[in-house]
Amino acid sequence: MTRRGRTWLLLAAGAGLAALLVAACLKLPHFGGDRHPYGDRAVRASLARHTANTVSSVNFDQRAFDTLGEMTILFAAVVGCVVLLRQTRDEHRARPEPAEVALPVRRYALVVLPVALLSGLYVVAHGQLSPGGGFQGGVVAATALHLLYLGADHRALERVRPVGAYEVADALAASAYLVTGLAGLIGAGAFLANTLLPYGTFNTLSSGGTVPLLNAAIGMEVACAVVVLLAHFLDQAVEIEEGSGT
Amino acid sequence: MSGVLNVLPYLVAAWVFLAGCYGLATSRNLIHAVGCLSVCQAGTYVLLLAVGYRDNATAPVFSDIKPGSRPVVDPVVQALTLTDIVVGATVTALLLAVVMQISKRHGTVDPDELSELRG
Repeated sequence: MTRRGRTWLLLAAGAGLAALLVAACLKLPHFGGDRHPYGDRAVRASLARHTANTVSSVNFDQRAFDTLGEMTILFAAVVGCVVLLRQTRDEHRARPEPAEVALPVRRYALVVLPVALLSGLYVVAHGQLSPGGGFQGGVVAATALHLLYLGADHRALERVRPVGAYEVADALAASAYLVTGLAGLIGAGAFLANTLLPYGTFNTLSSGGTVPLLNAAIGMEVACAVVVLLAHFLDQAVEIEEGSGT
Repeated sequence: MSGVLNVLPYLVAAWVFLAGCYGLATSRNLIHAVGCLSVCQAGTYVLLLAVGYRDNATAPVFSDIKPGSRPVVDPVVQALTLTDIVVGATVTALLLAVVMQISKRHGTVDPDELSELRG
């Protein structure tokens, strides 16, 4: 089919889809309305289990099994990227030359790095209380490490970031989630059931039963996954070159 | 006027989604196509958050407000959006890795030039 014909087909199909979407939108409940039956029930269940951040309660308690699937997708994507971005037979590794970094950039990166890392860990630790949680905090902590790449160079980053260790930690975090789920199965009769641990005092770090545990497992998994992913993309950009010479 | 405002966020979501679809179908570069897929997904975030919004409501976090003192927006769709973002990010990473392999093996990232099979 010619490019012109394809464009017309696309526009026709797009117009049809747009008409259907607009018709569907007009039938939706009004924006900002007061009827949210699932939301109200989720808030009630979250308060009953002493979890201040309802979104965390939904993710790690009420829909914890769904989060297990999500974590598996993340894990599978990391494995897929590691396989796709490996060094092939017709490529070799070249040590990148240490690059000059402007002094203000170096200073700023090294000052911000510990602050960013701590913020990431704080967001993970307070996932059951305040906005944030394992997913968000994990990404913050993982990207904080990469300030070292901006402030120093690739070699400095590689010293604090042995990729193998992060791959193992990624798998361990995924297993920790499963083990917590199995503990629920053995102790409370249902997989990932949050009835095993005491719910604690509302609005303290140890509240919410298994929510903080699952949250921490996810935080570790996401941080390690992001580190491994970025490491492999960085390797492709910086180290691996074409040609089979050594 | 309020009749339009009642559905405007949903229409914005549909618009963002269709704009992403258009970019995806007319793309001449696979990296651009991966970006367009992210635009399509951004449409779903807007739709989910619009469905969960409630007038004069605040975030569903009770660390600094008394439970029951104010209405809160729907936490279920917020959790769904979080899931959506995480899955979107991982899919983007995987697709970019595939694009990298295609570029290495075929020397091009234009989908129209990738017609022949190679064993």
